[in-house]
Amino acid sequence: MSISTPEGDVRTDPTTGKPAETAESSGRNGFLDVGARRAVRRRRLLVRAIQLGLFVAIFGGWQLSSSMGWIDSFFFGSPSGIVDQLTTWAQSGTDAGSLWEQIGVTLEEAVLGFVIGVLLGIVCGVALGRVRLLAEVFAPYIKAINAVPRIVLGSVFIVVLGFGLSSKVALAIVLVFFVVFFNAFQGTREVDRNLIANARILGASSAQVTWQVVLPSALTWIIASLHSSFGFALIGAIVGEFLGADKGLGLLVRQAQGNFNIDGVFAAMVIMAVLALVAEAAISRLERRLLAWRPPQLSDMETAA
Amino acid sequence: MATSRSQESPGGSGTGAIELRNVTKRFRTPDGGAYTALRDLDLTVAPGEFCAVVGPTGCGKSTTLTLVAGLERATEGQVLVDDSPVRGIGSGIGFVFQTDAVLPWKTVLANVAAGPLFRGEARKDALAAARDWLRRVGLSGFENHHPHQLSGGMRKRVALAQSLINEPRILLMDEPFSALDVQTRSIMSDELLALWEVTRPSVVFVTHDLEEAIALADKVVVLTAGPATVKDVFTVDLPRPRTVQEIRFEPRFVELYQQIWESLRDEVQVAYARTATLAK
Ligand SMILES: Nc1ncnc2c1ncn2[C@@H]1O[C@H](COP(=O)(O)OP(=O)(O)O)[C@@H](O)[C@H]1O
Ligand SMILES: [Mg+2]
Repeated sequence: MSISTPEGDVRTDPTTGKPAETAESSGRNGFLDVGARRAVRRRRLLVRAIQLGLFVAIFGGWQLSSSMGWIDSFFFGSPSGIVDQLTTWAQSGTDAGSLWEQIGVTLEEAVLGFVIGVLLGIVCGVALGRVRLLAEVFAPYIKAINAVPRIVLGSVFIVVLGFGLSSKVALAIVLVFFVVFFNAFQGTREVDRNLIANARILGASSAQVTWQVVLPSALTWIIASLHSSFGFALIGAIVGEFLGADKGLGLLVRQAQGNFNIDGVFAAMVIMAVLALVAEAAISRLERRLLAWRPPQLSDMETAA
Repeated sequence: MATSRSQESPGGSGTGAIELRNVTKRFRTPDGGAYTALRDLDLTVAPGEFCAVVGPTGCGKSTTLTLVAGLERATEGQVLVDDSPVRGIGSGIGFVFQTDAVLPWKTVLANVAAGPLFRGEARKDALAAARDWLRRVGLSGFENHHPHQLSGGMRKRVALAQSLINEPRILLMDEPFSALDVQTRSIMSDELLALWEVTRPSVVFVTHDLEEAIALADKVVVLTAGPATVKDVFTVDLPRPRTVQEIRFEPRFVELYQQIWESLRDEVQVAYARTATLAK
């Protein structure tokens, strides 16, 4: 089974990555302290300034173009229109009820789908990674299902499970499952053979090897997949709502589309982006906690800067 | 995985005698063929004996260790530990790997306590024993460090403590110090000898460093270029306790070195010639 994980292969292997000696590196840090820290701060300021400038340029340009009539705001919307739409929704609710209720519904579907999909993905990925026979039996099926555009399943779920919560959760689960499954499977396969042999010789049972060696080792891979999988959960929930629902952000998009209200579509997108960013921050926190044992990596230092 | 273990005594019963009789090991190659790593290998290690195994790279030294550990099965012949055939991973065996095999996400203390905890010992006892072993290998104060925060030599000490805490009656070591610098290596060798004197497990110590082999061992076994079989066995009659740094200058050491090197050299050349032709 070939698995594509953009993040997986650039990571340094925690078990073979050769970190510097403690004494040495702390000494070097002390030496670098004064000058380096200032340079890092200056760089961070520069990045922020450019980011802000870019934001102003894009949204300012958009706003200007539509107010000046260079582009038709009926088709392309405008930032002020989006803000107006958001305020209206927040203050007087949407056609489907209060805005918070729509956000709550979508969030509930996405989170449920995410959690169930992640758990299923980990269990199946680790099981197939550990038990060769299972992997051989299921490989063609998984490849086949993976090749199907799974979003189409949304229609199936709506028909089978109805307009309510469960059809959206089901779609989110399916989307999340495969991402996590492939990473968990690959992570399990990549576990250092020596670590397993060592644990077994030290007296670990098969279950202890799975829990204490394989899972922690595969966690680097699994967590890398969580970043993209919340996005997929959100897509599952929203597409599900788009296909048929009486509540949720996907419904707002559909209604706005029906009314040729482009600002409404963009406003819903803004909300989704905020949700995704908040989730991303939470997952990054979780990642730092669970992988606290890892040596600091070059990429981490760069993103921190 | 069907491994039966005696849970009562961590080191298991027996004295730690190892015997390989006419052992042949073949690996299946990806193209469906077979690769013979060991052929008709005979090796005996007496209880409490320190046996060093030298041989050219890729001849089958690691494979020999995995057979004794029960990680792999012999294709032909018998592998006996305490006169009974090895079936699966045995109890009472310690294995120090060439590359780091300590769990990188566990602290030093948790790594050393892993063996007793896996075997169902009470947490409190396991941690106390682990602290004791960390003190013995000179790592007190590093209990809560993670392996990546330690130097290579310190990680090797963790690996040693992790193995020795189970009080193995057989200690298998696969080029354990090869990744260390020369000074650290001789310090570690002395520490290993001191620790070995305490419980006196039987040791099979694989190395490519002949000096290290003679300085440590009671017996040096020279393997042929792959498929490995025993070429010569040399008894090292140097007195103990030894200091690895100093013993190198003893006339008897030099004499042994010359004899064994004489035997090993041909095999190294054969192995080298093979890789050289392969490279062409
Ligand atoms: N699991 C395996 N499958 C196939 N070939 C193997 C396997 N393990 C070792 N070998 C081969 O057996 C030979 C001996 O390997 P090894 O025992 O690791 O040598 P050494 O430790 O003496 O350097 C090598 O040529 C190696 O490629
Ligand atoms: Mg080897």
